[in-house]
Amino acid sequence: MKLTLKVWRQKNSTDQGGFVTYPIDGISTDMSFLEMMDVLNEELTEKGEDPIHFDHDCREGICGMCSLYINGNPHGPQQTTTCQLHMRSFKDGDTITIEPWRAKAFPVVKDLVVDRSAFDRIIQAGGYVSVNTGGVPDANEIPIPKKIADEAFDAATCIGCGACVAACKNASAMLFTSAKISQLAMLPQGQVERKERAEKMIAQMDAEGFGACTNTGACAAECPKGISLSNIARMNREYFSAVVSSENL
Amino acid sequence: MSWVTKTLSSTLGRKLIMALTGLFLILFLTGHVSGNMLLFKGDGGEAFNKYAQFMTTNPAVKILSYLTYISVIAHVIYSILLTRKNKTARPVGYAESKASTNSAWSSRNMGVLGTIILIFLVVHMQGFWAKMHWGDMPMVTYEGETYKDLYQIVQFAFQNEILVAGYVIAMGFLSFHLSHGFASAFQTLGLNHVKYSPAIELIGKIYCILVPVLFASMPLYIYFTS
Repeated sequence: MKLTLKVWRQKNSTDQGGFVTYPIDGISTDMSFLEMMDVLNEELTEKGEDPIHFDHDCREGICGMCSLYINGNPHGPQQTTTCQLHMRSFKDGDTITIEPWRAKAFPVVKDLVVDRSAFDRIIQAGGYVSVNTGGVPDANEIPIPKKIADEAFDAATCIGCGACVAACKNASAMLFTSAKISQLAMLPQGQVERKERAEKMIAQMDAEGFGACTNTGACAAECPKGISLSNIARMNREYFSAVVSSENL
Repeated sequence: MSWVTKTLSSTLGRKLIMALTGLFLILFLTGHVSGNMLLFKGDGGEAFNKYAQFMTTNPAVKILSYLTYISVIAHVIYSILLTRKNKTARPVGYAESKASTNSAWSSRNMGVLGTIILIFLVVHMQGFWAKMHWGDMPMVTYEGETYKDLYQIVQFAFQNEILVAGYVIAMGFLSFHLSHGFASAFQTLGLNHVKYSPAIELIGKIYCILVPVLFASMPLYIYFTS
């Protein structure tokens, strides 16, 4: 395959940045999108140019490290992670525009790499459970109905890649935050900090500068893990009931 | 800051106000369209004028109308607050975006649709509501009692084809606004349930077509029958 890549290049967080066009040849349809980027980076390195910086880690679609806004969609045209996107999704001769996630809370570090530590701070604010020290508890000591366990697990499959923020017209982090609140709110282990969790995580989400939700559904449509909008409704219930019943003034 | 103001200035608190005021305005529209159906009665406006008199003088209705004014104002103010926050959340936009592949047009343009509806609302209230309250109204007598003849004002206003066209177009925008807003308000309130959400969505779809069509049919009916 012969392609033209329009890639966002930005030296550092203060640089203005801009698009640079790279022609690329000899791409196999079996390559993943990131392997195609590797080919381009090898060429750039051989020419003595600075390779394009992009985030990646497991390349198995489970770590949430890869990003990239490809041709107008987060993670490209398929509902998957960029590492699991294959070049067969493109046609020979295509021009592919590659941009970083765009959000105030996700500042560009370099080229296509953005700082997603805002997500970490939301988790730190309340996305945890208290565990007592002492002997190891027996497995299945606390009975949890299969249906509830499955629903909590569905929410927990969020890999925190940030495609929801990237897709949202408001750069809102509500799908991410709601998944993290939901996975704990549904389980017995999550009850201790339940109210405080909702209040603190949402306060942190707002403080990070993410936008509000317009219920467009773009986040769920683009989420590589299929996190559902019902989590946002649950988060709203958690938050509203927490603020009226908690003792935090 | 007290917990109430803190909650109402959070993104979720602001959305709660949008949802509650939006739902109240949906209730208002239901009452408004039902009452105005009296325009079709063909009794020379007697029932409509009596209804208009009742709506502007009854104390219980007064409370409801003040709630409606508050809802409109709060809905507008909070939408501005939210939109400002949302705009600052993405200071640098995308060079290429395919938003149509993941969301509906109306859901992405609620602010634009709302602004057009607000402009319509100002024109609409100036034409009828302000006249009825403070304007120089023609009077009519039924069974010895005098009433303000709002029916005559309505009949006269909708002789103007530009106004009729404007009303019909505005109802189109209202329909798009409601097509997203109806179900969206329930989602914001956290009412997302396998049993009820499909029903809410269905009712929302019917509502967003039925109510604007009924409203739009009023100026059209008057224009073409008189």
